[in-house]
Parts: sequence; structure tokens; C-alpha cells
Amino acid sequence: MLHMPLLSLVTFVPLLGAAIIFFIARGPEEVIARNARWMALWTTGVTFLLSLFIWFNFDRTTAEFQFVERVEWFPALQISYHMGVDGISMMFVLLSTVLMPVCILASWDSIQDRVKEYMISFLILETMMVGMFCALDYVLFYVFFEGVLIPMFIIIGVWGHGERRVYAAFKFFLYTLLGSVLMMLALLAMYLQAGTTDIPTLLRTDFAYSMQIWLWLAMFASFAVKVPMWPVHTWLPDAHVQAPTAGSVILAGVLLKMGGYGFLRFSIPMLPEATEFFTPLIYALSVIAIIYTSLVAYAQENMKKLIAYSSIAHMGFATIGMFTLTTQGVQGSIFQMLSHGIVSAALFLLVGVVYDRLHSLDIDRYGGLIRNMPKYAAIFMLFMLASVGLPGTSGFVGEMLSLVGAFLVNTWVAALAAIGIILGAIYMLQLYRRVVFGKLEKDDVKRMVDLSPRELAMFAPLILLVLWMGIYPSSFIEVMDVSVANLIENYELALEARDGIAVAGR
Amino acid sequence: MEVAAIFLPLIGFLAAALFGRQIGDRGAMAVTCTLVNVAALISAILFVDVALGGDPRTVTLFTFIDSGAFEANWALKYDTLTAVMVLVVNLVSGMVHLYSIGYMEHDPNRARFFAYLSLFTFAMLMLVSADNLVQLYFGWEGVGLASYLLIGFWHEKESARAAAVKAFVVNRIGDFGFALGIFAVFLIFGSIEFDVIFAEAAEHADTTFNFLGYEVHALTTACLLLFIGAMGKSAQLGLHTWLPDAMEGPTPVSALIHAATMVTAGVFMVARLSPLFEYAPDALVFVAVIGALTAFVGATIGLTQTDIKRVIAYSTMSQLGYMFFAAGVSAYGAAIFHLMTHAFFKALLFLGAGSVIHALSGEQDMRRMGGIYRMIPWTYGLMWIGSLSLAGIGIYGVFGLSGYYSKDIVLEAAIADHSWFGTLAFALGIAAALLTALYSFRLIFLSFHGQPRADEKVMAHVHESPWIMLGPLLLLAFGAVFAGVIGYGVFVGDGRAAFWGEALFVLPANDTVEAAHHVAFIWKILPVVMGLLGIALAYWLYMVRTDLPATLAGRLAPLYRLSFHKWYFDELYHALIVRPTAMLGRGLWLKGDVGVIDGLGPDGIAKTARGVARYMGRFQSGFLYHYAFVMLIGVVAFVSWYLIAVR
Repeated sequence: MLHMPLLSLVTFVPLLGAAIIFFIARGPEEVIARNARWMALWTTGVTFLLSLFIWFNFDRTTAEFQFVERVEWFPALQISYHMGVDGISMMFVLLSTVLMPVCILASWDSIQDRVKEYMISFLILETMMVGMFCALDYVLFYVFFEGVLIPMFIIIGVWGHGERRVYAAFKFFLYTLLGSVLMMLALLAMYLQAGTTDIPTLLRTDFAYSMQIWLWLAMFASFAVKVPMWPVHTWLPDAHVQAPTAGSVILAGVLLKMGGYGFLRFSIPMLPEATEFFTPLIYALSVIAIIYTSLVAYAQENMKKLIAYSSIAHMGFATIGMFTLTTQGVQGSIFQMLSHGIVSAALFLLVGVVYDRLHSLDIDRYGGLIRNMPKYAAIFMLFMLASVGLPGTSGFVGEMLSLVGAFLVNTWVAALAAIGIILGAIYMLQLYRRVVFGKLEKDDVKRMVDLSPRELAMFAPLILLVLWMGIYPSSFIEVMDVSVANLIENYELALEARDGIAVAGR
Repeated sequence: MEVAAIFLPLIGFLAAALFGRQIGDRGAMAVTCTLVNVAALISAILFVDVALGGDPRTVTLFTFIDSGAFEANWALKYDTLTAVMVLVVNLVSGMVHLYSIGYMEHDPNRARFFAYLSLFTFAMLMLVSADNLVQLYFGWEGVGLASYLLIGFWHEKESARAAAVKAFVVNRIGDFGFALGIFAVFLIFGSIEFDVIFAEAAEHADTTFNFLGYEVHALTTACLLLFIGAMGKSAQLGLHTWLPDAMEGPTPVSALIHAATMVTAGVFMVARLSPLFEYAPDALVFVAVIGALTAFVGATIGLTQTDIKRVIAYSTMSQLGYMFFAAGVSAYGAAIFHLMTHAFFKALLFLGAGSVIHALSGEQDMRRMGGIYRMIPWTYGLMWIGSLSLAGIGIYGVFGLSGYYSKDIVLEAAIADHSWFGTLAFALGIAAALLTALYSFRLIFLSFHGQPRADEKVMAHVHESPWIMLGPLLLLAFGAVFAGVIGYGVFVGDGRAAFWGEALFVLPANDTVEAAHHVAFIWKILPVVMGLLGIALAYWLYMVRTDLPATLAGRLAPLYRLSFHKWYFDELYHALIVRPTAMLGRGLWLKGDVGVIDGLGPDGIAKTARGVARYMGRFQSGFLYHYAFVMLIGVVAFVSWYLIAVR
């Protein structure tokens, strides 16, 4: 098993599925649609099973990249097809593969137009996402990183459900593209200095301080938009509101993590001195994000917008945590991103469930759902609590550890960010109260039926994960432990080396 | 066995929540009631074994969080303090479960109700058996959740929904402090496990660290932050506003959560962390002062409320204040003693009130009660017992009800502390003792005596509660009468050192419980005198001169209004915090996101780009000489730049 190119398989099986759907589609519209759905479900299911091999065969005692594959691509330019995962990226791969089948299930009935194209887009999207987390070559990374944009742009623009979907799609595209252009520049600059785009090599390359500053800013432009950090976050609520349910799931579940992952893979280890310099900026923007977007979330009348804003606040905890460069902070940050991937995905699915029935995102249109949809109410309750960060759910661990890390470094940051745990409770409880509790009065709401077996099936893995991560988080922390320790150690070594030189030069 | 005492209620919850439909309401009730009561039996055995037998132990289950030095296990720390708490929680919870079978008879969602009750019990048990701060936090938030669910149980009422959210959010404000307190402890000790931090507390007595830019005394800061959490959970002054509103929940919930157990979590926490608080004397002063103020303010508000449950709720707030100022003067044993006796008589009072409400078809307003004491004699008698116990009545040196012993020792410890805050606490506590007796018997006289003020239809239906409700009441009444005299010796008397073992820690210089036994006779007798005086006053005002209360309210209008409107805390918070927050949220969204960021950002750029494009479009005139002219200007510009720059 170990000799198989596992990462390539996980990356490209979805693409293969997409190709099959593309070529075998014959016959009447309905048949094509049905085949496409089943094919997509099978493909994503198989991909998930394959990715489990990574989980089980992963060596938790080393910080080295594992499952490495390397093929020369442009040998003259020192660019290669280089894949591998460590304790940080591995779980993001799994997050992507576990969410994909859920997305396909979520789109089963709600997507009726151009099903074939829809499924193909999603499968391509999966290839891009998984590839991005596995890539160990900057060019390869860049290709995947930007490649994600295209299917997502199409998904929002074509299958979105709102009048402003084209506006939202463009806003999303332009925002992220702007950042990408700058990252491209950073890529070129690093290539010119190091003569290669191989990530492990770049990790060992020492860039001059003045250059680090510019490189850091260029990458920041790209990653900050993806996270998204305040004030470049306004594309997110629009994109979510307009996107189809499964689009929102991937957007919140995986795409936002690309920014955080970028910081962890590039900015922090490659540019440690610049990271140290800019840390206060990150803290400031994150704290603003947490408080500001939580308050804004409280004012929302649209369910998806509310959850979108809450996502920004939750990612604020993640960015604070990783830049504390403490064990607790970085682990908490990664945990927070994984947890948010599950919880926000589930919340968007929950919104999708009622949207499918009533075609409205207005909070006011609902009320009293606990009467006719008790299962729905229970599941909603669980994920609402996870979002609030109740101990025993995954949301707690990430938030707590990130804040612990922050407290060790700067008590102001921790105290201000902790206000978010109060505000988070306010807007989420308010949402739940208005949608689920209350009198069941409106006729069309009364007619809504509880979750179908298909819908239960898509929540089941998420429920399991959210509790598992909340009650026994060690099985996940253990995976990242060594890699995180390595990250922090190298960071500190780099800073010490600089200080050493500075002292010697005096 | 330790595991069973704590996890049986969880099993009950899971059974009723997941399979409520399959096993039906009766099945759910049978399962949850049986399991909780079995747990209560087991915890009684464990109490004998651990507390009386002096054999504390810790059962480690499995790892919870392990991130660097931030390590915590799921574990059950079973020492005397835990054994007492587990016993009280399981016992009261078992009684409440049984009582609810009768009380919730007509409710269509009974399975859900019992599931929540068991969930609450489990969370509270996890809280009191934690061996580290994170598990404590788990239970802490867990009881908050259960409380939220139960307050909002009748969610079709707008007020119940609002009260549920309010309870959760106000508690969260406390948790904010609690969380920061945990971080501070971790910063100081590099650990969050009780055994480690307690062992090292003395070494860090003089440690300082930088908090929010100030160099502060580490343990004092940590303890103050943790105490903010306790203030939220235990409804201390400032964060108390949720407790009276919580009376929107069904009455058994009020008895279980908002009187006997959950609200005592804060007191428990201070007692549990006594090794830290002992080295943070300034934090203890704060605890004592807040407790004393709460005891007094709660009692004054209870005096004028008209809702029977609210009166008892404010009484709870006031009694919690007693427990805190006891802890504040280092009399932790006395605090826990009062916690234990209070659990019995307060649960009794609440469930008794529930029985009254049940008899009057749901009426809670005392202005529409009266004249029913002959019709529900059992309830009436039990309410008397509860009220006498709450008022702390007894005969010095002979016998007293539970509240007599515990309230006395608390007040004696306060005066024995010989400090300004101890004396302040004593003064306010004595005043509150008078008020306590007054409002308790105002409640009795208004609800049961005088002319019937309910309408005839309701009066025709007045009936004594069934035995499934009265049985638990009798058991609680037994506790309300005898718990004090039984527990006195071990909790605060001569047996206390052997009883508590290492569960509580008091610096030798701070042993106020010891000093309390040697205070002057006048201080020992004063609380009872005040209690009797209060009862006499209540009798005179509400039985003899029934015209007087209204006249007094008129004469002392400002004071009356202050009390009736609960010192205007809600109004103040609404104006200062709730409304501005909502407005800020809206403002930031419409002005900030839509206005500034999108206006200057994407939308602005798009608009500018369109404008520029339109403008540039005009240059495409198609006339050759236009282009030639522009080119010429360009050439001139470049040449001049070259000449100037490269010179």
C-alpha cells in the first residue's frame, strides 16, 4: 500500500470521475442527471476511503513530509511535481475529502439544472483543493490555489440562487485574484533568489530581512483575502448568500482554510523575521474581526449572512492562535480551522435544509420549527452549541487553545478576543431562538417536514466528528503535535540566529 | 462506583433524548427517575466511604486535552467536598425527578423535559468532580446549557425564550472572566490540574505578571477573574439579573437548578480553589463584599415582589450572598454547610410553591391567592417548615432547624474575622436576616391566609397535590429540619478537620470557623432574634394591620419603587449595554461594511474603473492628429524626464 502514489490518487481520482461523467453522459436529461449524481457520490466516497489510508498510515512521530512523490516537471527550471503531507496539511486533506460526499448528498434534490456540469465542477474543485494541501512545489501549489477559484466562480455564478449571484461571483473572483497577483510576484521573487520553487528547499532558504518584509506583504494580500481577515472580508457574506448550499459548505469548510494554511506553510516558516514584525498587525486585524463581525452578525436578518459573518469571527481566533507561535496557540489555531470546517459546513447545510423547503433565507420567515421538525431542531442545537464553543464540542477546544496561546503572549489580545465568546453566544442563540423556538404560526412553515434519511445521512458524519473532536481531541492534536513543535522550533531558531548575528555585528 | 454515581444520569439523558419516541413518555420518566435515584443511593454510600471514612480518591478516565503543557484528563476527583456536592445534587435531583412526574403530568413534551433534567444533573456532577479547570469549565458551561434549555422549555411564551437567552448570555459574561482566569492560572503555574496548582500555590504567593499593561499580583488577578465566573453562575450582584427571569421555567427546574444546585456552583468553585484564594487576600475581600451586598440587596428586592416564585428567587440570591461572604472570610466549611442546608429548605420551598401554583391552576401572583391554607394543609405545613428553616429559627443550645445552624455559623464567622469587611458582612447579613424572615412570612400570609382573592372558578379547583409530589417534599422537609443538627459537628464543629481532610485549605491565621465558636453570646443570639422579629413584623403587617403595607409603600415611595423595580438593574443594562450593542451592530454593518469598505473597495473601484473607461473612451476619437498630438506629448515628457533624472 505504501508504494502506491497515495496522494496523487486522492488528488486525481475526482478528476477521473469528472472525466467519466463528462464522457459517458448519454441519453435523456434525467438519466444523465441520475448517473452524474451517483457517479459523483461514488467518486467522492472512494476518494474519502483512499484518504483514510493516509490517516492510518501516517507516522505521528516525525515532522518530515510523508507519502512524498516527486517527478521532474520542468527540470531546466527546477520545477517539479512534488507532493507530500505533514501533520499540518494532512488533516486538511481529510477535511476536504470528508466534506465532499456530504456536499454531493446536499445537492441531490436541490440541483435540477445542468446536473452533469454541476457535479463535474465539484469534482474538479475537489482535485484542486486536495492538490493544494498536498503540493510541495510552489508553482504546483499556485496552480491548485488559483485553480480552486474557477470551479467555485462557476458554481456561484451558475447555480447560485439570488439575483445578485453574478455580482457576488465577480466580487469573489476579483478580491481573490487581486491577492493572487501579488502572490505570483512573491513566487517569482523567491524563485529568483533560491533558484527553485521546491517548498522544502524554500523552507530552508534564508531570505534577507528587507526582502522578507515585501514577500510577507505580498503573500499576506493573498492569504488575508482567503481567510478572510478584516477589512477584506466583504466578499464572503455576498458569496455565501448567493452560492448554492453545497457551494457555501465548501467555501466555509475548506476555502477559508486555504488562507490559514498558507500562513502556516509559507509566511511563518519561510519569513520568520517578517512574521515577528507583522504579528501586531495580525493581532489587531483579528481582534477587530472578532468583535466587529460578531456585532455585525447580530444585526443580520438573513441566515446565511449571519453564519458567514460568524465564520469571519471564528477564523479570527485561528489567525490569532497561529501567530502566537506557542504550542497551544498554533495547535488551537489548526484545531479551530478543522472544527470550523465541520461546524460551519453543518450550519450551512442546516440552512440549506429549510431553504429547500421554503426558498427563503429570511430569519423572520421561520419560527417554531421544533414542533414539526424535532430531529432538525436537535441537530441544529448541537451545531449551534459547537459554534458557540460549548465544551464537549469541537468548537471549544480550538477557541480555548487559541486563547490560551494568546494569553501567554499578550493579555490584551486574549481579553479582547475573549469578548467574542460572549458575542458569539448572543447572535447564535438569537438565531436559534427565532428559527426553531416560538409558536408555529405560518401555514407554509407548518407544512415543512422533518429530515429525510438522505439528509440525516449527510449530517451523521459531521455529528460524529464534532463530538469526537470535542470529547477526545487528543487523536487530532497528536497528529499535528510534532509538526507544530517543529514549526515553532524553527521559528525560534531563525529569530535567535538573527539576534546572534546582530549581537556579533555590534 | 464513582463512575456510576456520575454517569448514570448521562445514560438517562441519552435514553430519553435519543429513544424518547420509542420508549414513550412513561418509559422516559421511568428510566431517568430510576437512574438518578440509583445514583443518589450510590453517592450516599460513597459519601460514607469517602467523607466519613476519610478516603479521598481520583478516578482517571481518559485524556481530554493534551496540548504542550496544557494537559487535562477526564477524571473524577472524589474527595469530601465532591462527595458532599454529589450527594446533595443527586439527592435533590432525584426528588425533583419524582416530583416532576406529578407536576408535568399534562405536558406533551415530558420525555424532553426529563432528558434535560438528567442532562443537567450529569453536567453538575462533572462540575463538582472535576480534577482540573477545563473539566470544571465543561460542567460549568454544561449546566448553563441545561439551564438555558429548561428555562426555555415552554418556548412558545416570548418571555420564556427571552429569559433563556438572557440566562445563557449573562452566564457567558461570567464565563468570559472564568476563561481568562483559567489562562492566568496556566500562565502562573504552567498547569491547570488541581493537584499541581494547589501544591505550588504557596510558592507563587508573591508572583506578579503583566496583565493588560499593569504589573499585578498574579494570584489575586487570577482569583478575581475566576470569581467573575462565579458571580455569573451564582447570581451575585451585577450579574444576578438572569436569575429572577429564570423563573419562566417549570417550577421543578427552579427548585433544582435555580435554588439547590447550579447556582451554588460558584460557591463550590471558590471552596474548591481555596488553596488559591487563601494566597489572594485581596480577592477574598472582594468576594466577601460582593457577597454581603448581594445578601442585602436580594433581601430588599424580595420584600416587594408579588410573584411567589420571584420572591423565592431573590431569597436564593440573598442566601448565595451569605455563602460567598462566608467564603470571603475563609470560612469555606461554613459556606458549604449553608449550601447544603439551603439546598434542602430552598428546594422544599420551591417545590412547595409549585404545589401552590399547581393547586391554583397555574396562578403565580400572590395578589390573587389567599385563603387556601385549609384546602392544602400538607403543602401549607411544609411551606412553614421551609420558611422557618430559611429564617433560621431555633432555640439556642437546644435544637434548631437546618437554617438556624448554618446561618448562625456563617454570621459568627463573619464577625469573628475582626476585619472591616467581616464586620460589614455581619451587619448587612443581620439586616438581611430580618428581611429574610419578613419576606418569607409575607409570602406565607399572603398566599395562604386572608380572604381568597382568586376567582371562583380557580377556587373551586383548589386541590392538594398527589403523593408523587408530596413524597419528595416530605423527604426534603426532613433535610430542612435535621440536616443542620446532623451536619453541624462534621461540617463546622469539632469533627471538621478529619471530615474535610485536604479538600479545603485554610491558612492557620484565617481560621474563622474556629474563631466563630468563641464569639460573644450577643452575636450568637442576634440572628435568631432578628428572625423572630421578622416573623412578628410580617404577622403584624399582613395579618393584623393589612392596611399598613400599602400606606408604607406610599410613604416610602422612592424606596418602595427601588425595591419593586429591582434597583433598576435591568433598565440600566438595557440602556447602557443591550441597545447600544444592537445599534452598533447595525451601524457597523450598514456604514462600515456596505458603506466604507465596499464603497471604497470593490464597488468603488468598479465604479471608478467604469468612469475611467468611459473617459478614456473619448480619446478613441479616430482622428489621426489627436493620436499624433498625444504621442508628441508623451515623447516630450519622456525626454524631459530623462534629461532631468539622468543628468
